[in-house]
Amino acid sequence: MADRQHGKLYPLPSQNMVLERDLGKMPVLECRRLGINFGGLAAVSEFDLGIGPTEITGLIGPNGAGKTTVFNLLTKVYEPTTGSILLNGKDTAKMSTIELNKAGIARTFQNIRLFKNMSVEDNVKVAMDHSIHCGLGTALFRLPRYWKEESDAHERAMDLLGIFGLQGMANAKAGSLPYGAQRRLEIVRALATNPSLLLLDEPAAGMNPAETSELMEVISHIRDEFQIAILLIEHDMNLVMGICDGIAVLNFGRIIAKGTPEDIQNNPAVIEAYLGRKKEAKS
Amino acid sequence: MSIKDKAASGSERLQGRIRIPTPLRYLINSCLIAGLWFALSGMAAGGIINNYWKGILITVGINIILATSLNISVGYLGQLPLGHAGFMAVGAYASAIYMKSTPAAALIKAGDRGAVLPYLITAVLISAAVAGLFGLLIGIPALRLKGDYLAIITLGFGEIIRVTITNIDSVLGFKFTYGAAGLARIPKFTTLGNCFALVVISLTLIHMLMKSRFGRAILAVRDNEIAAESVGVDTTYYKTLAFVFSAMLAGVAGCLYAGYLGSLYPSTFKFMKSIEILVMVVLGGMGSMLGSVVSATVLTVLPEMLRAFSDYRMVAYSLLLVVMMIFRPTGLMGSYDFSMSRLLEKLLNAVFRRGAAADGEAYTEEGGR
Ligand SMILES: Nc1ncnc2c1ncn2[C@@H]1O[C@H](COP(=O)(O)OP(=O)(O)O)[C@@H](O)[C@H]1O
Ligand SMILES: [Mg+2]
Repeated sequence: MADRQHGKLYPLPSQNMVLERDLGKMPVLECRRLGINFGGLAAVSEFDLGIGPTEITGLIGPNGAGKTTVFNLLTKVYEPTTGSILLNGKDTAKMSTIELNKAGIARTFQNIRLFKNMSVEDNVKVAMDHSIHCGLGTALFRLPRYWKEESDAHERAMDLLGIFGLQGMANAKAGSLPYGAQRRLEIVRALATNPSLLLLDEPAAGMNPAETSELMEVISHIRDEFQIAILLIEHDMNLVMGICDGIAVLNFGRIIAKGTPEDIQNNPAVIEAYLGRKKEAKS
Repeated sequence: MSIKDKAASGSERLQGRIRIPTPLRYLINSCLIAGLWFALSGMAAGGIINNYWKGILITVGINIILATSLNISVGYLGQLPLGHAGFMAVGAYASAIYMKSTPAAALIKAGDRGAVLPYLITAVLISAAVAGLFGLLIGIPALRLKGDYLAIITLGFGEIIRVTITNIDSVLGFKFTYGAAGLARIPKFTTLGNCFALVVISLTLIHMLMKSRFGRAILAVRDNEIAAESVGVDTTYYKTLAFVFSAMLAGVAGCLYAGYLGSLYPSTFKFMKSIEILVMVVLGGMGSMLGSVVSATVLTVLPEMLRAFSDYRMVAYSLLLVVMMIFRPTGLMGSYDFSMSRLLEKLLNAVFRRGAAADGEAYTEEGGR
């Protein structure tokens, strides 16, 4: 993975950058001057970001920088105070969380939000609700269509769980899973909604270095296999260097740098605001 | 291990376990139900169950429907509505008024039970439809609220229904519900047989609902509403669906109640009735159908056997609740649900020692990494 070639980033007219292989394709996501205030505090402001259809983008920054808030804006958990979000070229201003998911955004949560009392398999199947269409009568009276859809759903859930080797736990209660497996299950559940953009909020939190590098490998495998864009929050910069095509650095709610991992590594503002602080904290 | 290897080992382990195929599960359950019915009807025919006990058994059946239907809202959906008696009242009055307009009374007197059946089916459908409609009207505003607020607003709606039934005749000059004087001479159409059948149908419908995409979505809303929305589950729709379903079955219970007693009084459907049903659900274990069935049975039979103390029933309920909350806050059964076929599967797996990993234990091997 270390010798993976990073694509060159090209600027778009909207000041956003895009990967070479995604040039000429519509970006899956474009944020323009996105911002939100919490009682006077500008948690996020002037947030501009474009993501190509098969790009893995890292969103990094120290704790409290506003990364999770960006996810909450993108999924309409919070209503943005300013700016606009285009998903596959469509304005999302009037969409709800549910509609945004149907339009192609799926996410995981920093503080895990699984359906704890349901089985692992059912957690995934819930997320396939949009692709199971049988009506109430069909389900209550167990008509043939119900069986067909249920067995399809089961198969698909097992396939998706297979990405992380979780099928053996399919019948276990989600809440009883070890921490790392819960994080993986959240990714599987998000994938089950057939997203075009996957938002991962600190997926490696609480994992050891070996688990983390394995996870990163699976994440780029997911991008290759499903051909989707991924926006990844990870406050440890070194982790994302390996798999991200582009990185945006957030500090105090503002993007202070954007570019390829190499650009970011050598950016003095980033080193000062982010790595500098980190070193201080360590010493 | 690579991703592919892990996938393979996971599915191998699943295949190692013995699973009872679904058609066989249904057959086993049908046989159990039929067996129970033959035992009950045999005892009734042989005089082991006298009329007094028949009455108690019918009340048990009605309470089972009430408790399991409230359990949909409380246990599965995770809300706390306090107006269940209101839906029961609506169902009871709707079916009673309909039944009085049919020749059912004369047919019952003539002993022609078969001819009553079409009227009975219509009455059940009417009570379910009317109660469901009220559930929809109340659910839409109430389900926007959460927790205490939802409890209070449903309590209020339940009381409004009762007060309306009490006063609608005198205000509008109808001869409809006969207000506080009571609606009398309702054909006594409820029998042990049709009560048993409706209990089985209700429990089956609840089971079928909960083990489908609808049930999964309802449970997901309970477990984590934000996460449910993030995966595209229309939370408002599923909340309303669960609430209406719950109200419809309460209406059916009301229908059986009307046909059992033969007269209805609005005072029966006071707030305390809702609490009584809630106590059954909480004691049984929120989210456990078996729990609701067991505690509805126990809390119906026990007071009958301790008639002398019936004045203290509510005191006893409260004490029972307090004790339960201290020693077993998840209720009698927790969220456990009994399944004959799962028990058989476990037995078979234990006997043949194949796929030693039982449900819920399977993860430990991989999870330990
Ligand atoms: N709902 C909210 N109300 C008020 N302040 C909030 C809210 N959500 C986030 N914030 C604030 O916004 C800032 C950014 O938080 P967050 O996005 O969680 O940071 P992180 O980059 O660590 O994910 C923090 O100062 C936090 O306190
Ligand atoms: Mg965060």
